[in-house]
Amino acid sequence: MNLPKTFFGWVGLLIEQYGTMFLRGTGYTLIIALSGTVIGFVIGLLVAILKTIPVVPKDGWLKKIGLKVLNVILNVYVEVFRGTPMIVQSMVIYYGSMSMGIRMPVLFAAILIVSINTGAYMAEIIRGGIISVDKGQKEAATAIGMTHWQSMVRVVLPQAVRNIMPSIGNEFVVNIKDSSVLNVISVNELYFTGKSAAGTYYRYFEAFFIIACIYLVLTFTITRLLRLLEKKMDGSANYTIYGSQSDSKASIKLPREGDVPLD
Amino acid sequence: MTDNRFTGPILQVEHLKKSFGAHEVLKDISFSVEKGDVVSIIGSSGSGKSTLLRCINFLEQPTDGQIFFQGKNAEHDWPRGQYHANVGMVFQSFNLFNNMTVLQNCTEGQIRVLKRSKKEAEEKALMYLEKVGMTPYIKARPAQLSGGQKQRVAIARALAMDPEVLLFDEPTSALDPEMVGEVLGVMRDLADSGLTMLVVTHEMAFARDVSSRVIFMDAGVITEDAPPAEIFTNPKHPRTREFLSRVLEK
Repeated sequence: MNLPKTFFGWVGLLIEQYGTMFLRGTGYTLIIALSGTVIGFVIGLLVAILKTIPVVPKDGWLKKIGLKVLNVILNVYVEVFRGTPMIVQSMVIYYGSMSMGIRMPVLFAAILIVSINTGAYMAEIIRGGIISVDKGQKEAATAIGMTHWQSMVRVVLPQAVRNIMPSIGNEFVVNIKDSSVLNVISVNELYFTGKSAAGTYYRYFEAFFIIACIYLVLTFTITRLLRLLEKKMDGSANYTIYGSQSDSKASIKLPREGDVPLD
Repeated sequence: MTDNRFTGPILQVEHLKKSFGAHEVLKDISFSVEKGDVVSIIGSSGSGKSTLLRCINFLEQPTDGQIFFQGKNAEHDWPRGQYHANVGMVFQSFNLFNNMTVLQNCTEGQIRVLKRSKKEAEEKALMYLEKVGMTPYIKARPAQLSGGQKQRVAIARALAMDPEVLLFDEPTSALDPEMVGEVLGVMRDLADSGLTMLVVTHEMAFARDVSSRVIFMDAGVITEDAPPAEIFTNPKHPRTREFLSRVLEK
């Protein structure tokens, strides 16, 4: 077999031989990063909602102590998973569970690790988002009788999430890149496939040049998509005025079933 | 859930106290409101007017004292959601839900708290939005409205809950002078329709002409509580006299 002489010759050869493997690696990386970010986001939301439950004097001692304990647990979770590297968490969780007799499929383990790691960061990002929403929004919701859960889910969090979309995007991009550390538990993600491909001919530069390009395309595309999503969340800048502006008594047709919904 | 046979004072505040740390904002406040009363609460900034209103609907937890609504203890005998639906609030800074349209602002509470159907809630919302002259804007978002328009929507949002009592916390203080009139006009109509209102305000003309009673607060206590004609023509307390002469001068 004739081995290539040039850099791009090697790149071509590696793509030809390992192209499908790289594609599969890309798929794994995307699945891990996407599910990790989504699950982590849900964890973050739950932590944020639980941590902001208000305590009022008429609550019983059980609820008060329960909330205190819950708060301590959630704080420990956030501190531990933000305070240790994900590569170390991978080893501890994967091999730890194995030593307890639980053999997780590696892809499951990978998603689990990225999710709880992301959840710890998301909890803090969402907390920041909640702080960014004017206190009056929650007060208004409370003042018409909505519960903590209702006012958070319907009023505060939608606004908080809009405000933190850039940080959520960051977290997604970080997850695409950082899922590479999962190669330590032999997940077939992108970095792992690069290492395998490089090893055959000892062409590390060329192999990882390809891998770098794929990572860049992934993160660039996703950043653009998230920007589009943000635009969509902001909604239209225009609105329809019904009837006549000078005559507020102008008739309005009530929405009926089968009509185009008002919102 | 409201009791129509109940004939006593609709709202009763007894020995209400509120401290923020060492700072005592409300010192032993007691008064009662009859159904249909329009009570204006006036006084200098920092006298505790807003805090009083916020304690009445538990946005601030009172340090001590009791509040009775229709004769039942508001804190212990009323489910919190029911109480809030019955005792509505209009804020100085409007606090419309920024993530919703005007119409959604007025249906959200009805659907979530009163469990009304979407259709029923929309009909009710449109009825009150028409009352405040905001029907053309049902699809607009709060950020697209002027201050006066926002406050009129906020009033419609509160009314859509069919409250027994409506609390107004300086509803015109954040508005341009030009827009104050449109909001006061709506409030005047509400007072005429027999709604029980408790209004913290700096609008002396409103207090004098519209309310059935005026409460003057100074340094965390009620110093005077009388019909407007009496307070404005013959104030008894020196602090009331001093305050009125200062604000009416302008």
